[in-house]
Amino acid sequence: MGRYVIRRLLQMIPVFIGSTFLIFLMVYALGDPVTAFFGDRRPDPATAAAIRHEYNLDKPLWQQYLIYMGKIFTGDFGTAFNGEPVVDLMARAWPITIRLALLAVFFQAIVGITLGVLSGLRRGRALDTSVLLATLVVISIPTFVMGYLLQYLFGVNWNIAPVSVSAAAPLDELILPAIVLALVSLAYTTRLTRTSVSENARADYIRTAVAKGLPGRRITVRHLLRNSLIPVVTFLGIDIGNLMGGAIVTERIFNIQGVGYQLYQGILRQNAPTVVGFVTILVIIFLLANLLVDLLYAVLDPRIRLA
Amino acid sequence: MAALLEVRDLQVEFRTRDGIAKAVNGVTYSVDAGETLAVLGESGSGKSVTAQAVMGILDSPPGFVTGGEIVFQGKDLLKMGAEERRKTRGDKMAMIFQDALSSLNPVLSVGYQLGEMFRVHRGASKKDARAKAVELMERVRIPAAKARVDDYPHQFSGGMRQRIMIAMALALDPDLIIADEPTTALDVTVQAQVMDLLAELQRETNMGLILITHDLGVVADVADKIAVMYAGRIVEAASVHDIYRAPAHPYTRGLLDSIPRLDLKGQELYAIKGLPPNLLAIPPGCAFNPRCPRARSVCRTDRPPVYDVTDDAGRPLEPPRGSACHFWKEQLHDRPV
Repeated sequence: MGRYVIRRLLQMIPVFIGSTFLIFLMVYALGDPVTAFFGDRRPDPATAAAIRHEYNLDKPLWQQYLIYMGKIFTGDFGTAFNGEPVVDLMARAWPITIRLALLAVFFQAIVGITLGVLSGLRRGRALDTSVLLATLVVISIPTFVMGYLLQYLFGVNWNIAPVSVSAAAPLDELILPAIVLALVSLAYTTRLTRTSVSENARADYIRTAVAKGLPGRRITVRHLLRNSLIPVVTFLGIDIGNLMGGAIVTERIFNIQGVGYQLYQGILRQNAPTVVGFVTILVIIFLLANLLVDLLYAVLDPRIRLA
Repeated sequence: MAALLEVRDLQVEFRTRDGIAKAVNGVTYSVDAGETLAVLGESGSGKSVTAQAVMGILDSPPGFVTGGEIVFQGKDLLKMGAEERRKTRGDKMAMIFQDALSSLNPVLSVGYQLGEMFRVHRGASKKDARAKAVELMERVRIPAAKARVDDYPHQFSGGMRQRIMIAMALALDPDLIIADEPTTALDVTVQAQVMDLLAELQRETNMGLILITHDLGVVADVADKIAVMYAGRIVEAASVHDIYRAPAHPYTRGLLDSIPRLDLKGQELYAIKGLPPNLLAIPPGCAFNPRCPRARSVCRTDRPPVYDVTDDAGRPLEPPRGSACHFWKEQLHDRPV
């Protein structure tokens, strides 16, 4: 187990280098950041050259990358063009997005698994059919449509949720955005749970549990759910990465000043250090989440051996 | 003395999208304490479904018991409440399944699954249940039981897994064990070990045993009496000795002739021609008539009742014997009809 973790962590290094280099390449291929910095006006050549020199933009790309990576490991993610250190932006944005994502995962797990288990146990009945239909509808509607729709209904029409989240983004204001963010994943979680439960319910070991004279509750909780939730838990883990990505759209809709908002601004203004910095952290989170899922899988299913 | 288990005229059907499949059509059999009844038949003959109905683990829907009685220790199980019946399962009657790998829960240790019997039915503590599990594993002779109690089913060999299944069935010293093809998934050498173990444990505990199988070789060694099933009915019921000496039903004859024999090596192996009937449309008259070498016109119109097989003087046999064939006499003496 320990050796497995170390090997997986070592495997992350090339993935990390490869993905960050690609992002670096793409961001700098977007255009000249110095020109973008000056907006519509043409920069004075001498000033532009000075800025280029200051940000190492006059060096070859690979050198820029190495310098950048070296700084990252000392905790310096560079400075945004407005003079604010990227680390400060992160310190403000990450807690908000993490709060949003955790709230979304919470809804996704609680509601998704509950609905999935209930409909899986009642396969083919009215509840099952309605859940299947409802999840299909949710999956078919893009997040930005659903987001604006719910924002309009809850925020404008019924006035029970904020249309726009304040800068501090307290938990209660994040409830509606978290639901919007979670909705599609929630539908997938429900369907996955339902299929898993109804398949396992017909398994031989469930018949054995019945033949042992175990009470129904024990059969469902200890035998059926313990097996059925293995794929669901791993899906939830992997989906954390997707939620982070989905946050870009949701944060735009509700004007939440989290990671998605900063990334959007960074791309719009070709603010390279911001984009590369935030995406680098996203990559790390994604890699760690995947490792965690693999470890969790081995804990949940004794048949999986990590070697 | 009343029998330990008496199944009387049991009817089970499966309500499927294609229609009603009559899986069990009036099965009657009984088992005494210490006795082994072998239920023989091809796949789909209703032998497992009957056992599931007795255990009360029929998949319902689509399976429904539509008639008959299952009297166990003087009580009709079909008239029992669900909760009372649940408490009987595992405690008074237990079942051993064919494929131990899929029948054991893959994510729970065998110690947990064995101990669960004591925790649920006897209210034992976790620690006691674990100790009992080790004891059980030793009883079915699993080596290093103490060290292996926390292992998972996939870490055991096929034979050891089947021993764990047996241990689980034995846990609470039930009065009746139903073994549904307990050796089918095992190697031949392991089959013999598992059967010997089962027979030995039965002698020790004096429990009744219903052995469901399609393996006639297994039956001859361990069974006291045999019930041969075809298309949801018992077509012949007799003591092992009688049935091997002279079957009273053409289907039994066919089964016995299908056993490979060393003295007939090199010759083509006998096979009953045709296929078992579709349970959605069982032929009228005797269900076996399309495949029967002795079939006459009466076999296509009249469903044969279970005749009492008598000796030549017309006296009933001891133990009693029955055959659902119009021409059982001819079959018994191997005369043409």
